[in-house]
Amino acid sequence: MNNFMIKKEQWLKISFVVITLWFIWFANTHFDEYTVRILNNIAIFIILAVSYNLINGVTGQFSLEPNGFVAIGAYVAALLLVSPDAKQYQYAIVDPYPFVLTLHANFVVALLLGGAFAAILAAILSFPVFRVRGDYLAIVTLGFGFIIKILAINHPEVTNGSLGLNDIPEFSNLYWTGGIAIIAVITVLNIINSKFGRAMKAVRDDEDAAIAMGVNTFKAKTLAFCTSAFFEGVGGGLLAALLTSISPDLFDFFFTFQLLIIIVLGGLGSTTGAIIGTVLVMGGSEWMRFLDEPMHLFGYETAAMPGMRMVVFSLILIFIMLFAREGVMGKRELTDILKWRKKGGK
Amino acid sequence: MILKIDNVTKNFGGVTAIKETSFSVAPKEIFGLIGPNGAGKTTMFNIITGNYTPSSGEVIFRNEAINGLKPHHIVRKGIARTFQNIRLFASMSVLDNVLIGFDFQARYGFAESILRFPRFITEERRIKARSMEILDYFGMSSYAHDKAVDLSYGQQRKVEIARALATNPELLLLDEPAAGMNPSETEELGEIIKKARVDFDLTVLLIEHDMKFVNQLCDKVLVLDYGKTIFEGKPADAIQDPEVIAAYLGDFHND
Repeated sequence: MNNFMIKKEQWLKISFVVITLWFIWFANTHFDEYTVRILNNIAIFIILAVSYNLINGVTGQFSLEPNGFVAIGAYVAALLLVSPDAKQYQYAIVDPYPFVLTLHANFVVALLLGGAFAAILAAILSFPVFRVRGDYLAIVTLGFGFIIKILAINHPEVTNGSLGLNDIPEFSNLYWTGGIAIIAVITVLNIINSKFGRAMKAVRDDEDAAIAMGVNTFKAKTLAFCTSAFFEGVGGGLLAALLTSISPDLFDFFFTFQLLIIIVLGGLGSTTGAIIGTVLVMGGSEWMRFLDEPMHLFGYETAAMPGMRMVVFSLILIFIMLFAREGVMGKRELTDILKWRKKGGK
Repeated sequence: MILKIDNVTKNFGGVTAIKETSFSVAPKEIFGLIGPNGAGKTTMFNIITGNYTPSSGEVIFRNEAINGLKPHHIVRKGIARTFQNIRLFASMSVLDNVLIGFDFQARYGFAESILRFPRFITEERRIKARSMEILDYFGMSSYAHDKAVDLSYGQQRKVEIARALATNPELLLLDEPAAGMNPSETEELGEIIKKARVDFDLTVLLIEHDMKFVNQLCDKVLVLDYGKTIFEGKPADAIQDPEVIAAYLGDFHND
C-alpha cells in the first residue's frame, strides 16, 4: 500500500513537470512579450515563495529575511554578469575597486554563487539566532534586510551606491526562470517529504517534544533557513538578469512584505499554497491594473486613480484573513486533497 | 544498575526543588516516582532527560555520566520520555509522529533526500515498516494516516508511548501516563506497559498519582516530598509508611 502511494506521488510529480515544461514552451512561442514578462515574474516569485515558506511555514520560524538574501543574490549575480567593459562606464560616484572590474562569470555560475553567498550568510546568522527561542529570528532578519540595503547604498566602490548596477545581460527567460522554479519546488518538496522535513514540522508543532524524540532542532532550523536563503539568492540573480538593472531601492521591506502576503494567502506551510498564492497575488495585481485607469461606470466617467488596485487588493486580503484564516490551502498539499477526494468519493 | 542518580541537588534561585537525592533503577524494573504536587518529580525527569542540569550530583546511565549532555544526545543514548500533558505533533499524521522517533536512526543525508538516492528510498521504507510494526503492537496501525489530534485521549497516549519507543530506548520515562484516563483505560495502559517491558526490553521509570495503578505495576517506588526522599521500597509498604501518609495527608502533630 505504501509502495503504491509513493509511486502515485512520483507519477503526479512527473506529470506536473511535463505539463509545466509544455506550458513554458507554449507560452514562449505563443504569448506576447508582456504576458511572458508576467510569467517570468511569477516563476521567480514561485522560487522565492516556496523557499520562504520552508522556514516560515514548514519550520514555523517567523522570519523577515527574503529582501536581504534576494539583494545579495542579485548583487553577486549582477557583479559577475555585467561585462568588464560595461562596468567601466557605470561607476559614476567613485571609482570601483579594481577586483570589481575583473569579476566575470557565466550565468549558471553567477546564479549558484549568488545562492551560495546567501546560504553562507544564513548559516552565520543561524548561530546566534537559533540558539535561543522566540521571535528573535524576525527581529534579526528584519534588521539584516535594512543592513544589506544600507551597505549597498554606502559602498559605491562595489555596488555603485544608489545608482545601482545597469546593463546586466538579459539572460533570464522563461526556460531559465520556469526551469529553476521546477527545480526549487521539487527540491523543497523532497526535503519536506524526508526526515529533514518531518523534523522541521516537528519543530513547528512542538519544539520540546521534537527534542525529546532525539531531533537536533538547531540543525533542522538551520537547514531550513539556509535552503531558503540559497533559493532566494538564486531568485535574486534571476531577477537581476530579468530586470537588467538593480538598485538598493528594489530590495526594501515591501519586497518581503509581498512574499509574506503570498505565503499567508496560499496557506502557511503548504508548498502548493505558496505556488497558488504567487499566481493569485502576482497575476491578480496585474489583472487589476484596469482599476487604476479611467472607467465608465453607470454612464459616468471616472478619472484615473493610480493605486486603486492596491486598495481593492488590500480589501480582498482583509476578507481572506477574516473568513479563511488558514489561507487557500491551509497546511495541505495537492496530494492530500487528491487523497481526501478519493476517500470522500466512496 | 541501568540508571543511577547520585546525590543530585537542583536549585532554582533560592528554591531547592531536589535535595541530595540518590536512587538506582535496575534493568527491566518498573520504578515509580511518587509524591505530592511540587515534590520535584517532574524536575527529576527533566534532569534525567537533560532539560535541566543538576546544581550538584551526577546522573549515571549505563556507567556513563550523562548530566551536561544535550537533551537530544541523551535520547540517542537510549532514554525516551512522554509528557504529562500529551504533546503529539498536531499537524502531522499518527505515522509521521512515530517516524520522528526514527529521525536520528535513518541513515541518509540531506543531499541524498533531495536527489532521492536509493539509500533514501530503502531507509524510508525500513523506518516506515518499523513504525507500522510499533503502531500495530499498540493496535493503532489502522489510524496511521489520521491526524494525531483527531484521536481520543487514550489513543493519543498510546501514540505518544509508541513514538517514544520508536527512538529505541532502554529506559522509558513516563510522566503521569494514567492522568485523565478512566479506570478501564488505566487498566489497559498498565497491561500495555507490562507487556512492552518484555517485548521491547525496557526499563520503565514513571511518575504517577494513581496509587492503585502504581501498586499493580511498579516493582519499586521512591517517594519524594519537597525534594527529599522519604521512602524507598515496595509500593505496598509505601502506603503504610507513616511519613508517606503524613506527606500526602499533611502532618497534624508538628504544627
